[in-house]
Amino acid sequence: MLRVQISKELRAADSPAFSLQVSEEFPLGFTVLFGPSGAGKSTLLDCIAGLLVPDQGRISLDGEVFFDAGRKVSLPTSKRNLAYVFQSLALFPHLSAEENVGYGLASVGATERSERIARILGAFHIEGLRKRKPRELSGGEKQRVALARSLVTQPRALLLDEPLTGLDSGLRQAILQDLREWNTANRIPILYVTHNREEVDAIGERVVALVDGRVRETGLPRSVLDAPRAAALAQAAGFENLLWARVVEHRESDGVMHVELDGSKCALEIPLGSAQPGEAVQVAVRAGDILLATEAPRALSARNVLPGIVESLETRGALVVVEVVAGVRFTVHVTPGAARSLQLAPGRTVWLVLKTHSCHVVT
Amino acid sequence: MSFDAILLSLRLAGIVSVVLLAIALPLAYWLAFTKWRGKFLFESVVALPLVLPPTVIGFYALIAMGPHGPLGKLWQSLFGRGLAFTFPGLVLASLLYSFPFAVQPLVASFESLDRRLLDASSILGAGRLRAFVRVIVPLSWSGLLTSVVLTFAHTLGEFGVVLMVGGNLPGVTRTASIDIYDRVQSLDYTGAHRMALLLLVIAFVVLSIVYALNRRVWSPWTAR
Repeated sequence: MLRVQISKELRAADSPAFSLQVSEEFPLGFTVLFGPSGAGKSTLLDCIAGLLVPDQGRISLDGEVFFDAGRKVSLPTSKRNLAYVFQSLALFPHLSAEENVGYGLASVGATERSERIARILGAFHIEGLRKRKPRELSGGEKQRVALARSLVTQPRALLLDEPLTGLDSGLRQAILQDLREWNTANRIPILYVTHNREEVDAIGERVVALVDGRVRETGLPRSVLDAPRAAALAQAAGFENLLWARVVEHRESDGVMHVELDGSKCALEIPLGSAQPGEAVQVAVRAGDILLATEAPRALSARNVLPGIVESLETRGALVVVEVVAGVRFTVHVTPGAARSLQLAPGRTVWLVLKTHSCHVVT
Repeated sequence: MSFDAILLSLRLAGIVSVVLLAIALPLAYWLAFTKWRGKFLFESVVALPLVLPPTVIGFYALIAMGPHGPLGKLWQSLFGRGLAFTFPGLVLASLLYSFPFAVQPLVASFESLDRRLLDASSILGAGRLRAFVRVIVPLSWSGLLTSVVLTFAHTLGEFGVVLMVGGNLPGVTRTASIDIYDRVQSLDYTGAHRMALLLLVIAFVVLSIVYALNRRVWSPWTAR
């Protein structure tokens, strides 16, 4: 168990003051640190690793104190026996893959050393790359070497700062699978920083959501990311539509409330929240949760149908991003086939269909 | 051409380069990585010989090395002879004179290292010395070579400091640049020409090496 209770203020000449205040326990296995960029995820990892010294608080791992401001204890990074894979990976460019992996094993005897290197290279499927220098490795190979280099030291906790950024999703899944297998044999806390929704789902365990240096939510990915309660998180979690609205009335018997979108006369029915009539709320809706119709739909279970006009279309891979103006601008994702058969084009009149429970109130 | 003078200059430059590298490495490491706010004072001291006239350095060095100066007295008590106008005295003064040329390329090259590599090294349990030997030095080799080569070339061509501290004793303190001066004084233009041309060629070769290195013409690690 990794226990962190720290505060750290960062001052930089070119950015506003930032403070990190975290009090959290990280059990064995994966914990995803999720949050928008600038939320303090990397700062938190740097504090745990001892690369940054917190102003206040305490950090301990399995009872061993790494840092205690009150007792003026701060164990040097090299003595914490952690593994930390940076986003940049920081492989030593002048050393071969094998020498990189062996770097942390200076105090281990030659026989055990070569055994351990062989075992970890096998676990991450990179035996064939031993003699290659980092610049001769592909992106995915580099990531595997960086993981192997960190884990061969038998660390007591693993810190991963967006280690799989820039890989295609197949490769990402394969590396995550290797990491998961390694973790079943070596139970240690793993802190995994990402703002990639797909990685969060692939890991599927505990999520700690950071916003502005504070922990905003913790729980399973579904509860944290599918119904985020913070606007900054909603944006990071892929809610393309964040709309300001004003509460009109509560319908407590139906478990819903009606709101009116700012800047338009559109009314929406959304799940009942704590905001009182007259108060302002922010409503988050995923672009993929909105249906488009080219005729006014009737006899539908969805409660929100808004007329609008297509403003623009943009194809991004297997996805068409449609901007629709319905008093306010909505972003809607449809498939290329749907865009074709509906003959979507700028200027066309459409109806937006939103289920009540696709609308999330955030703060 | 006076081979004595050339050999003496090469010997002086060689010794000074090696000794300065040993002194400059730890100092440059400290200058590059310390977070102490007063380090600018040290940076100024290191850079002083760049702006001071060589005669000023030579003058203070001569006083310090004279029979009543602290260095001179120390040397006398250790070895039983004087320091001024000797080869060791020349080496000492040259160390001062070439100091910035040894230190500054190292500092620049250490500062340009990716700090995350050093973070990675300490996370992998390596202490500072191991990081220095295994990561910092191998990745700063062009800075190291620049430092040695510049020191060598600069020491080879010094005049004012040598004249102040060493005088002009053939085979002991008469270096190539002093030899040229001597020959011009005695109107031996042919001899002066040969020596001057030799120094010019050496200086050009050395600077070509430095610039090629800093353009990473031969760098083995970075991808082209």
